[in-house]
Amino acid sequence: MANHNKHIDEATGTETTGHEWDGLQELNTPLPRWWVMVFYATIIWAIGYTILMPAWPLVSSYTTGFLGASQRSQAIAAHNAAVESRSAAGSGLVDASLEEIQGNQGLLEFAMANGRAAFGDNCAPCHGTGATGAKGYPNLNDDAWLWGGSLDAIHTTIQHGIRGEDDDTRESPVAYAIGMQAWGDDGLLNEQQIRNVSNYVVSLSGGATESGADLEAGKTVFEENCAACHGEEGKGSQDLGAPNLTDKIWLYGGDVDTVVETVTHGRKGVMPAWSGRLDPVTIKSLAVYVHSLGGGV
Amino acid sequence: MRADTQGGGGGQSPLYAAAKKVYPQAVKGTFRNIRWAVLIITLGIYYLLPFVRWDRGPNAPDQAVLVDLPGRRFYFFWIEIWPQEVYYFTGLLIIAAMTLFLMNAIAGRVWCGYLCWQTVWTDLFYAVERLIEGDRRDRMKLDKNRWTGEWILEKVSKHTIWLLIAWWTGGAWVLYFADAPTLVKDLATGQAPFAAYMFIGILTFTTYVFAGFMREQVCIYMCPWPRIQAALTDEHALNVTYRYDRGEPRASVKQADKLRKAGEQVGDCIDCNQCVAVCPTGVDIRKGLQLGCIQCGLCIDACNTVMDKVGREGNLIAYDTDINIQRRMEGKEPVFKPIRARTMVYVVMIALVGALMTFTLATRSFEGLNVLHDRNPLYVQLSDGGVRNGYTIRILNKRTEERVFVLSVEGMPKGTTLQAVGITETAAGDPVIPIGPDQTRELRVLVNADSSANLGKSVPIAFRITDTGSGESVKTEDYFKGP
Repeated sequence: MANHNKHIDEATGTETTGHEWDGLQELNTPLPRWWVMVFYATIIWAIGYTILMPAWPLVSSYTTGFLGASQRSQAIAAHNAAVESRSAAGSGLVDASLEEIQGNQGLLEFAMANGRAAFGDNCAPCHGTGATGAKGYPNLNDDAWLWGGSLDAIHTTIQHGIRGEDDDTRESPVAYAIGMQAWGDDGLLNEQQIRNVSNYVVSLSGGATESGADLEAGKTVFEENCAACHGEEGKGSQDLGAPNLTDKIWLYGGDVDTVVETVTHGRKGVMPAWSGRLDPVTIKSLAVYVHSLGGGV
Repeated sequence: MRADTQGGGGGQSPLYAAAKKVYPQAVKGTFRNIRWAVLIITLGIYYLLPFVRWDRGPNAPDQAVLVDLPGRRFYFFWIEIWPQEVYYFTGLLIIAAMTLFLMNAIAGRVWCGYLCWQTVWTDLFYAVERLIEGDRRDRMKLDKNRWTGEWILEKVSKHTIWLLIAWWTGGAWVLYFADAPTLVKDLATGQAPFAAYMFIGILTFTTYVFAGFMREQVCIYMCPWPRIQAALTDEHALNVTYRYDRGEPRASVKQADKLRKAGEQVGDCIDCNQCVAVCPTGVDIRKGLQLGCIQCGLCIDACNTVMDKVGREGNLIAYDTDINIQRRMEGKEPVFKPIRARTMVYVVMIALVGALMTFTLATRSFEGLNVLHDRNPLYVQLSDGGVRNGYTIRILNKRTEERVFVLSVEGMPKGTTLQAVGITETAAGDPVIPIGPDQTRELRVLVNADSSANLGKSVPIAFRITDTGSGESVKTEDYFKGP
C-alpha cells in the first residue's frame, strides 16, 4: 500500500487529502460503511421515486410515473373526504329546528362556521363580505329588516328569495307592479305631488326637508297613495316588504332627491331563491349565521 | 479517531471506514453502580409513569401524565396545560438547554455518559448481550464461530429479548397519549387506533436498531451535542482524564520493577488496556479527551480495579481538568471551581425561567376571555340612530365542573344593551352563559349604544365575565367604534 502521494498526519495517523491552508491540513477521515450505504440507498430510492411518481419535465408535459399519483387527484380525494365529513356533521342540523340549533352549542358552532363559509361564497357578492350591503342591498348587521329579522323570516327569505322566480317567493301582492309602484313613470302622481310626498317622507324620520316644502300636501298624498303599504304612520309592513319610513335606515338613500327618484321610478329589489341551489343544511346554517349578524324582529 | 480504513477509491483514498465492533467488558465500581442506578430510575419512570393515577375529579382523565392530543390538553400531575399556555414548553426547553449547558460547564459530557436515552438503552442492551453471550472474550469468540448451534441459539435469544425491550419501549411511549390501562386492553384486542400501532412499530424499530446495532456510532456520527458541547466547554470543566503526568511512561509491572531498580523514571500505567476494553464507545482515554468519549467513567472503575490489584494508588484515570494536570506538573495544588461566571449565568437563567413559570402557574386564572372586534363593518347604525358594534368572544372554562358566567361590558353609557346569540339574559339584560367543564365557548355579541349616547369615534371599553358561583372574574379590554 506504499504510495508516495499519501500524506499521513502524524498526530492521528490519518491520511490527509493533501489540501493545506496556512499549514493546516485536511484529514481524510472516511465515513463509516453504513453511512455510505445509506447514501447509496437514497440514490436508489431517488431513481425508484422518479420512475414511480411524477417527476421529469418534458416539452409540453411531464413523466406521470407508474403509480398514477397526482396532486390533483389527492386534492379531489381530500375535498371529497371533507364534504363527506361535513355532511356527517351537518346531519344534526337536518332534524333540528332553527331555535334548537341556536340553543345547542355544538350545532350552533357548526352552523356558524358553515354559514360563514356559505355566506362568503353565495351572499357576499351583493351583501358584501361583512354583510354591510350597499345601495339597494340591505345591510344585514343593523336592526332594520324589510321582510322580518326573526330566524324563521330570514330562513324563508333565503329559501324563496324576494320577487324571484320561485313559486313561493316573497313579493308585494300588487298584481300590476311587483315591488314599489313607479308613481311618476306610470303617471299616477305629478311632479309637485311627488316632491311634496318625498319631503313628507323624509320628515317622518327627522331628515332635512327642502325649504318651503308643503308637508301638509305631502301628507295627504301619502295617506291616499302610500299608506296602503307603508301604513298610516309610515312604519312599513314586513308582510309586504314595505320599509319603515320613520327610522334612520334607508336602503336607497334618505335625502329628498333620492326619495323623489324612488317614488318616481319605483323600486323592485330582487333576491334570488336559494332553495334550488343550496342544500337545506346550508340554508339553515346561513339563516343562523345571518341572524347572528344583527337578527331582530 | 483511528482510521482503520478499507474499501473503495482505488487505494488512493478509502471511501468508507468499516465499522469496528466494540466488545465492552464488564466492570465493577463506583461509576458502574451510578450507571445502574440511573438506568433503573430513568427506565422505571419511563415504563411505569403512564400507569400512575391522579384523581382530578369527575370530568378529567385520572392519568398523572397525559398528552391528550384530541382534547388538546396536557396533564402533568396537578398541572393542566391548555394550548394557549404552550409557552410553558418554551420555558421547559430553556430550562432543559440551560441545565445541559450547566452540566457541561461543571462536568463536560456527563449527560452523554449517564442520562442520554441512547446511552441508557444501549447499556441495557449490552447487559442483555452480556447475560446471554457472556463477557468480552466469549462474545468475540462467538462471533468468530458463526452458524454453530450455540451461536444460533444465543443470537436468537438475544435478538428476541432485544426486540421485546424495543417493543415495550415503543408501547410505553404511546401510553402517554391515551388512558394507559384502556389502551393496553385495546392494543391487546386489536381495537387501538392505527397511529398507536404505527408509533409502536417505529419506536420498536428505532430502539432495536439504535441500541442494538448503531450504539456508539450514534454518538460519534449522528449526535450534534458533541459538536456543540466542544464549543461550550472550558478548561474548568471536569472531564474523564488520564493523568499522563502520573501514568507515563508506561511499563508492565515486571518491567517497571526492573526499570525502577535501574533508577529510571516509570509511570503508574501498566498498559493493561483495561480502560479500552471496558469502554462502550471503544476509545482509548489515554490519548486524551476525544469525540468518542461519553464520560461514563467506566474506564475509571476499570483502572482503579487494576491499580488496586497491583497495589498502586487509584484514580490514575479520574474526573479532572487539563488545568490541574498542568498545575500538578508545576507542583501547584489542583483547583476545582464549580462556581464561576459561566455556571452562575446558567444557574441564574434556570432560576429566573423557573421562577417565572412557577409564578405564572400559581397566578393563572381558571377562566379566560378573548375578544375579537368585527372589522367589517367596524360599526353599524341602527334604525333609532344608535350605534351597534359586533364582537366575537371566546370564553374559557378551565375548571372541571360546569360554570355559569355573566357577561358584562364596562365603559359604555347607560342604555347600552348586550345581545348574545342563543343566550338568555339576566334581569339587568346581561347574557348568562353556561360553559361545560374544561371547555371553551365562542359567541357573537352585539353591543348596542343608545341614540342618546353620542359617543366618539373610539371608546375604550372592557368585557368582563363573572362566575355566578364563585364570583371569579376576568376582563379583556377592547374598543367601541362609532361614526
